[in-house]
Amino acid sequence: MNQIDQKNLLKYITAISFFIDDTVLFLDTHPTNQDALAYLNKYNQLRKEAVHEYTIRFGPLTTYKVDVTDSWTWVESKWPWEGEC
Amino acid sequence: MWNYERRLQCPVNIKETNPKLAMCIMSQLGGPDGETAASMRYLSQRYAMPYRNVAGVLTDIGTEELAHLEIVSAIIYQLTRNLSMEQITESGFDKYYTDHTLGLWPQSAGGVPFSSTFFQSKGDPITDLVEDMAAEQKARSTYDNLLRLVKDYPDIVEPIRFLREREIVHFQRFGESLRTVQDSLDSKNYYAFNPAFDNSINCPKDNSKNCRYK
Repeated sequence: MNQIDQKNLLKYITAISFFIDDTVLFLDTHPTNQDALAYLNKYNQLRKEAVHEYTIRFGPLTTYKVDVTDSWTWVESKWPWEGEC
Repeated sequence: MWNYERRLQCPVNIKETNPKLAMCIMSQLGGPDGETAASMRYLSQRYAMPYRNVAGVLTDIGTEELAHLEIVSAIIYQLTRNLSMEQITESGFDKYYTDHTLGLWPQSAGGVPFSSTFFQSKGDPITDLVEDMAAEQKARSTYDNLLRLVKDYPDIVEPIRFLREREIVHFQRFGESLRTVQDSLDSKNYYAFNPAFDNSINCPKDNSKNCRYK
């Protein structure tokens, strides 16, 4: 169950992050587009919340978020290129 | 500064190995129109770009190309992991295996090593942006060629299709960037000088807020 949750949450983060990546490129050439700015603002917030939840439940996505109270967990989990199987 | 995020921009989950297809897809890692050339092209060009908004496009697209490099690498890795000697010999992967075992190394489908001669950084905004637009189309054509080769393998088709779509979006953004550069120049004679080198031209009026020669 936990594995499915992790997979789904990462999928959600990946989707939201892509909306952001694409909107950032659009804003680079349309810097005053209000719709794009509002869209980015919305998804930045959703991404922030999702990444926070993921970090607490399944571990850090970046080295800045590693919890160092116990041990160095950054290198313990699977790398993204390993895939699901 | 770049930070690593522990995820792919587009997920790659390939169930069956296929060293023959890996050899072909490898061109988008280290071939003439591949993702290594793309990222190095844009990230090299941005320093001489006099318009900060266009330097932003080069930075952000160059960064995304690094993520594409990782997607292509993940595809090759998953297509070649745990190969048996028999699979290596039968698939024609034996020549690559001789030099690299199952390690990833940037080369073209034909075995030509990656070279910075695959791209240009000319220090002239119009020249560089036209090169960038051509590069996106050349990469798109390569992904079209690959899609014909991998059509029976949905696990491979999905990330390749994603990468192909991004070439089209990047082409659009570089086209818009080229237009803002051209709009900033003397519309009657914009080939007469290089706005990144002939500083006496000074700031173009319409794009002066983004020009660093202020």
